[in-house]
Amino acid sequence: MHPVDVSAARPEAHEPDGLCRDCGAAVPADTRRCPACRSGRVLHHPELHGLAIAHLDCDAFYASVEKRDRPELADKPVIVGGGQRGVVSACCYVARMYGVRSAMPMFKALAACPDAVVIRPDMRKYAAVGRQVRALMEAVTPLVEPLSIDEAFLDLSGTETLHGGSPARTLVLLARRIETEIGVTASIGLSHNKFLAKVASDLDKPRGLAVIGRAETLDFLAAKPVGLIWGVGKALRAKLEADGLRAIGQLRETDPALLVARYGSMGHRLAEFARGEDRRTVTPNAPAKSISAETTFARDLRALSDLEAQLWPLCEEVAGRLKKAGLAGAGVTLKLKSADFKLRTRSAKLSSPTQLADRLFRTGRDLLRAEADGTPYRLIGIGCGELVDGGRADPPDLLDPGLARRAQVEKAIDAVRDRLGAAAIAKGRGLGVKPRRQRDD
Amino acid sequence: MKITIERAALLRSLGHVQSVVERRNTIPILSNVLLRAENGELALTATDMDLEIVESVPAEIARPGSATAPAHTLYDIARKLPDGSQVELDATGDLLTLRSGRSQFKLGTLPVEDFPAMSGGDMGHRFALSAADLKMLIDRTKFAISTEETRYYLNGIYVHASKTKAGGADVPVLRAVATDGHRLARVEMPLPDGASGIPGVIVPRKTVLEVRKLLDEAADRIEVQLSETKVRFTFDSITLTSKLIDGTFPDYERVIPTGNDKVMEVDPKLFAAAVDRVATISTEKSRAVKLSLDRNVLTLSANSPEAGSATEELEVSYGAAALEIGFNSRYLLDITQQIEGDGARFTMADAGSPTIVRDVADGSALYVLMPMRV
Repeated sequence: MHPVDVSAARPEAHEPDGLCRDCGAAVPADTRRCPACRSGRVLHHPELHGLAIAHLDCDAFYASVEKRDRPELADKPVIVGGGQRGVVSACCYVARMYGVRSAMPMFKALAACPDAVVIRPDMRKYAAVGRQVRALMEAVTPLVEPLSIDEAFLDLSGTETLHGGSPARTLVLLARRIETEIGVTASIGLSHNKFLAKVASDLDKPRGLAVIGRAETLDFLAAKPVGLIWGVGKALRAKLEADGLRAIGQLRETDPALLVARYGSMGHRLAEFARGEDRRTVTPNAPAKSISAETTFARDLRALSDLEAQLWPLCEEVAGRLKKAGLAGAGVTLKLKSADFKLRTRSAKLSSPTQLADRLFRTGRDLLRAEADGTPYRLIGIGCGELVDGGRADPPDLLDPGLARRAQVEKAIDAVRDRLGAAAIAKGRGLGVKPRRQRDD
Repeated sequence: MKITIERAALLRSLGHVQSVVERRNTIPILSNVLLRAENGELALTATDMDLEIVESVPAEIARPGSATAPAHTLYDIARKLPDGSQVELDATGDLLTLRSGRSQFKLGTLPVEDFPAMSGGDMGHRFALSAADLKMLIDRTKFAISTEETRYYLNGIYVHASKTKAGGADVPVLRAVATDGHRLARVEMPLPDGASGIPGVIVPRKTVLEVRKLLDEAADRIEVQLSETKVRFTFDSITLTSKLIDGTFPDYERVIPTGNDKVMEVDPKLFAAAVDRVATISTEKSRAVKLSLDRNVLTLSANSPEAGSATEELEVSYGAAALEIGFNSRYLLDITQQIEGDGARFTMADAGSPTIVRDVADGSALYVLMPMRV
């Protein structure tokens, strides 16, 4: 193998070609319109082709997914969120024009935008779309570090030869692919480290590509508020402001030793980030340690039967993902969040790894029984950990002769669903909140 | 309390009791050992609320009394004192002073009244058995004890009185059974006097392992007392009392197949060595080994996508139809290592059904093993 000559992609002395943000074509210097697609969304930057750390963030993700699935909403203000819970989870750019923002209380949002279409969040759908987006990112570089279901850092260093172009061009093509294949848009920030890449992805939303080069880093940061720095939340910002530090430029002028003395380990980060330095590498998450699913109820639930009814489809989903990934796990974790937002997690270990919804459900139900003590819950989730190869799933058990039969039933149901769709067949316990028939097998 | 004791005696007893004390305790008093000096003896007690060990050792008592002190600290100190030294333990107020030679340690104590006592008293059933028999019952079953919390009733050895057929007559036996769903071990011995009416009880894993540790240096006769909820083992100067697992052990007889007709006999030592060799190749996690049987030849094989493959042939006695069956090599070794005679008999049905393994020369133990897909 020949080492890839990275220096070839470094900025040249003369102004390099620009890039069309729509089609990824090269655009000669001083040209304002793309010669290939005639788009005006052309980006010129002296370091454009020499930067490789990117942050990709989907635009108004939940709202975009809903608009994709209901094209009639395309030009309407859409708010995802609410129900009885009353906050905006996501809002489309039309809604934002009315002043709606995410995390805004729903009544405020509706006061600002009375015509908004409000949609209940369907987290399972968004997670599925998020996984599709991730798959496209991973096709571009193995160094993808997801931050949430719809955003990730990417390190494209050394991919020039593979993709036949600079990281900037590869990213434009990636964004187009996400748009055409999945139907949502994304914005990308490109820079020389994670901190700045994340800052950049916010600069040109939606459908954007923004670049922060090495040369401009310090000027760019100087007047920005300290809150821009990753890790500076409300409390630290207040403390910094009380100390007279509002702009990042002021931080830079402060002796790093003083920052460390006053703000502890965070002081290091403040000093480095203020200089536009961030040594964190893009680290792909280790292979999934567990697979889980959860759901928040429309209204709080207390009864065991109600909670069980919510648990079963989650077990089916986790089992489905285990089977699809060829994995099985022996660790089962039940997660509950009470109405007052207290989290309870309960775990159990199975005698052998499973990928069956049935075994997950039985274990989860056993754990749930002790927790269904009249407490009102707002959320339930189930996870499967200690993952191993799916070939070792659900070996026959001397003491549970019914296991093999139940595994076959589940296989048969899976087969029907593969052919006819998920709704074609359901177990009794999957049918809403009806009390489950007690079966002793 | 003020006593003088030989370092070796103190170390030995502390060694026995400290292993009951959990390393991390949320209840401080459970980290302590209770020391009680009277009538020329020092009694040391440690407990985790489920299991209690009391051991008495002769000591020179200057002032009778009692105290509690951190068990692991005391053990570590005794361990590091020079061999042959004398140790003085002097408890006054809330301080325990330990002096030996030119060393002096002052340890904080906790009130003796706070130390949880397991209720003593008669347990209803009482029998005795030899250390060798108890060792045999434990060694041949303990490997099959489950660690799965959801089936907590499998986290111990099921001990009960039963009957076995021998020469057309029913012979009363004492049985020990353990299973984790993958394998089952059932061992029996002639029923000791006094054990005929005992309830079936599940002795927890930790208790089994502690008893087993003490057996290596125990006198020959072990006295066992039993109630519905507790068991007590008395050896020499040690008394170990434990709660039992409150649960119903499954009807294990149902699990033991009766119609298996394919019989293989093999030298267990040669077999174990060959399984061990071939398993070098099988993946760390599955440890699968395939047994292919055809006319007195057993071919052991293992495959792994990463490591490669291995095969080994072994001469066996086998006359039934050709058979391929896979097992977890660890489970095969666990079982065959318990077979002391020079013949192990495998009775099989097919690649998906449980297999029985027995010692050809000794009918007291029976093992059931679930095959795995290979």
